[in-house]
Amino acid sequence: MSLALPDGSEQLLAIEGRSLWQDAWRRLLRNKAAIVAMILLAIIAAMAVLAPWLSPHPYDEIYWERIQAPPDFANQHWFGTDGNGRDLFVRTLYGARVSLMVGILATGVSLLIGVLYGATAGFLGGRIDSLMMRFVDFMYSMPFMFFVILLMVVFGRNIFLIFVALGAVEWLTMARIVRGQTLSVKRRDFIEAAHAAGVRKRKIITRHIIPNVLGPVIVYMTLTIPQVILTESFLSFLGLGVQEPLTSWGVLIAEGAQQMESAPWMLIFPASFLAVTLFCFNFLGDGLRDALDPKDR
Amino acid sequence: MSEQLLRVEDLSVHFALPTGFLGGHRPLKAVDGVSFTLAAGETLGIVGESGCGKSTLGRAILRLIEPTAGRVVWQGQPLGALAADALRGLRRDLQIVFQDPLAALDPRMTIGEIIAEPLVTHEPALGRAAIRARVEAIMAETGLLPQLINRYPHEFSGGQCQRVGIARAMILQPKLIVCDEPVSALDVSIQAQIVNLLMRLQASHGLAMLFISHDLAVVRHVSHRILVLYLGRLMELAECHDLLAAPRHPYTQALISAVPIPDPARERRKRRIVLTGELPSPLDPPSGCVFRTRCPHARPICAEQIPRIEPVRFGHSIACHRWQELPATPPAALA
Amino acid sequence: MPPLLAVQGLGIRFATPDGEVVAADQVDLTLAAGESLGIVGESGSGKTQLVLAMLGLLAKNGRATGSVRFQGEEILNLPAAALNRVRGVKIAMIFQDPMTSLNPYLKIRRQMTEVLVAHRGLDEPAARARCIALLEQVGIPDAARRIELYPHEFSGGMRQRVMIAIALLCQPDLLIADEPTTALDVTVQAQILDLLARLRAELGMALLLITHDLGVIAGACERVAVMYGGRIVEEAPIDALFAAPAHPYSRGLLGSMPRLDLAQPGELAAIPGQPPNLQALPAGCVYRPRCTFAFERCRSERPDLRAMLPDRRKACHLEHLP
Repeated sequence: MSLALPDGSEQLLAIEGRSLWQDAWRRLLRNKAAIVAMILLAIIAAMAVLAPWLSPHPYDEIYWERIQAPPDFANQHWFGTDGNGRDLFVRTLYGARVSLMVGILATGVSLLIGVLYGATAGFLGGRIDSLMMRFVDFMYSMPFMFFVILLMVVFGRNIFLIFVALGAVEWLTMARIVRGQTLSVKRRDFIEAAHAAGVRKRKIITRHIIPNVLGPVIVYMTLTIPQVILTESFLSFLGLGVQEPLTSWGVLIAEGAQQMESAPWMLIFPASFLAVTLFCFNFLGDGLRDALDPKDR
Repeated sequence: MSEQLLRVEDLSVHFALPTGFLGGHRPLKAVDGVSFTLAAGETLGIVGESGCGKSTLGRAILRLIEPTAGRVVWQGQPLGALAADALRGLRRDLQIVFQDPLAALDPRMTIGEIIAEPLVTHEPALGRAAIRARVEAIMAETGLLPQLINRYPHEFSGGQCQRVGIARAMILQPKLIVCDEPVSALDVSIQAQIVNLLMRLQASHGLAMLFISHDLAVVRHVSHRILVLYLGRLMELAECHDLLAAPRHPYTQALISAVPIPDPARERRKRRIVLTGELPSPLDPPSGCVFRTRCPHARPICAEQIPRIEPVRFGHSIACHRWQELPATPPAALA
Repeated sequence: MPPLLAVQGLGIRFATPDGEVVAADQVDLTLAAGESLGIVGESGSGKTQLVLAMLGLLAKNGRATGSVRFQGEEILNLPAAALNRVRGVKIAMIFQDPMTSLNPYLKIRRQMTEVLVAHRGLDEPAARARCIALLEQVGIPDAARRIELYPHEFSGGMRQRVMIAIALLCQPDLLIADEPTTALDVTVQAQILDLLARLRAELGMALLLITHDLGVIAGACERVAVMYGGRIVEEAPIDALFAAPAHPYSRGLLGSMPRLDLAQPGELAAIPGQPPNLQALPAGCVYRPRCTFAFERCRSERPDLRAMLPDRRKACHLEHLP
């Protein structure tokens, strides 16, 4: 449809505009690596969710006759079994459940706290900002491992503690990123325009600041998830992770590493799942960064 | 044009700049002792070079920046005495249009949401349909197709974005608009469209306007009166015609003669008063008259005393020690 | 004798992810030795890309076609090594923002003498003396002391003077100035324009001045070319253009300018519409969507830049403007 504007120009009219988010999405869809990463992640996530239906074996059933057996299609142990004779395929998928859940929940917690905290500090500025950010610095200087071990000792091993511990650490960086972004957004004219229109501070933060800092936040989020998964694996590797018979990739890899020579499948399968997931998140993060901030290309 | 809407009395804005060590501060006098009045339906042009404090002045009047000293009296009511909530309520009468049209619009919001924001803020009881009707009406008035209501700022050209900014400023039918360099970021041909639009809106709504710009030609075209600012101080304030035909301040005279005229014959004929040197740093302004370091007529007294603002005649005031001795030549540019 | 600079059929295209952008198309220009030509246009008119292409400074995704001859020699798309014998030596350029072309970490002396040592084979003391003389010539007081300063220690106007001094180091035959005064205050702009006029008279070099401001052109040039949407739409001696613009766009541009010397009661004669979208230029005349005189032929057929008088050209199907 072509219409004459009141000022005399003509232009094609689409009634719906394309928002920056839609633009970014289109750019992301042009990025092959990011698409492959998204598809793989979707498959892994679906497998994790559907784990009980994908294999005839329960994750905690012990087959005494098949301890540490290699991959075997006759008995439907596609990844073999572990040192206790449990099916490794289904355990890898249950591990994926825990690892992905830890990754997503801890990141979600850090996102919620970090964005609110960072945006508030950055927007209010001045003394409140200094005070809030000094607290972040203080938290940063806490030795993280010590913190986690302390929690474990006091409360015992508990999967929710891991979320809390990881979230409590990850939000610090998120808060810093959001604050930095907020400081730059705050100086832009449209914020002053909102002040001039009489919009309340709280509204300015939620309506203008947060949507405009979300771009880098989403990128950082996709890079935080693998980091959290990795940290959880590390904790599990140290024996501080989830409790038997529940498992995570970190626990499986730790067990596999001990049997690396006699039963390499015990290491290879969970490790490949972990590696592929980490790769995918990183590719997706890269793709998102390019899509959300095309100026950097 | 008689009702006095705004009175600015001896307004100063000083910023404290940290000087490195030990939390020491040094004042930057962005605006220093500026006074003027503005009547309903009147346009006052504020002109000056970069760093003269003209944008700071505009923001201090709207209390987007806290003034250090002086008063801003709006319809008989000193703004400084108002509580935050009362001030927010008053903002519906006081609006602003920015220099960079795209930067002034939230890139994540649609044009409709942007224009509606002041309306939603001040009339929260309004229904969706009523809001939409008001937004579409103001879009049509500012030369935007109402069909574009769901578009985003980045899909628009600079001139269209500025129309959106103007529509947002106009939607509450304010009494005063501060235009901070509203056309300097635009191309010449688009500049003229926006100038025409602002003048049309002013005439039809009886708006008062503070038109801040570095471009004397644009200011002359839109303003009834012109205030010349240099390093945060008022140099001269006069009716537009008087200021151009008989500028009394040496700075105004130089400013007028420096503006290039799109007419080669006149350009060749005119004698430019080329000022020596450049703007001193506002951190370290000259003593006495701030213009004296570049003034061709400076005398020792100019370094010693700050010139008072004196009336040349009714409606024409000047801050210069020597204005009575100096000739009131019409600038060669206009001969 | 060939003209100093002859541009023929210059086209500039950029490949972008969203399609091809035509920044300039079929640009013809000549410039005689010692002459001053202004190129005026709004953003997106292609005026800056034009000179960047001449000097081989286009962005990586840009491609220039056509011919640019300087003193009879083809210089378009030359390899950098060959171009450097002309660029900065016979053709010098100054930009809107001098800070981008000065190295902030080097003293002005280093940045200036380097050129003379490399291109002219002077020794350091001789080069230094020559640089100080040049800085004095462009109106920098106390040049012997200031040559030891860093770029950020100069004000905007002084920095532009330093840039001009650097441009003059090798006594160029042509100075290209891209919006040299746009970032400056009007009183400082007047100083720089005076300086350029004086230097041109003293050194006899040609000047190619690119600006959006017809007022600047009126005071600084002998001839002017008006660009719109990547094409030259009119070219004329300045007096002729300002007295009677022949192209509707030139006339619109003049009418759009608020003037200090004339009272313009009522509205400015603004050009309606928006600047052209270089990714989707209209067929026929690029100015047609905004032209009040457009007729059927403008829609289908692109007007060529043709001579009206020996020294005037325009690209418009209309014989005379009503």
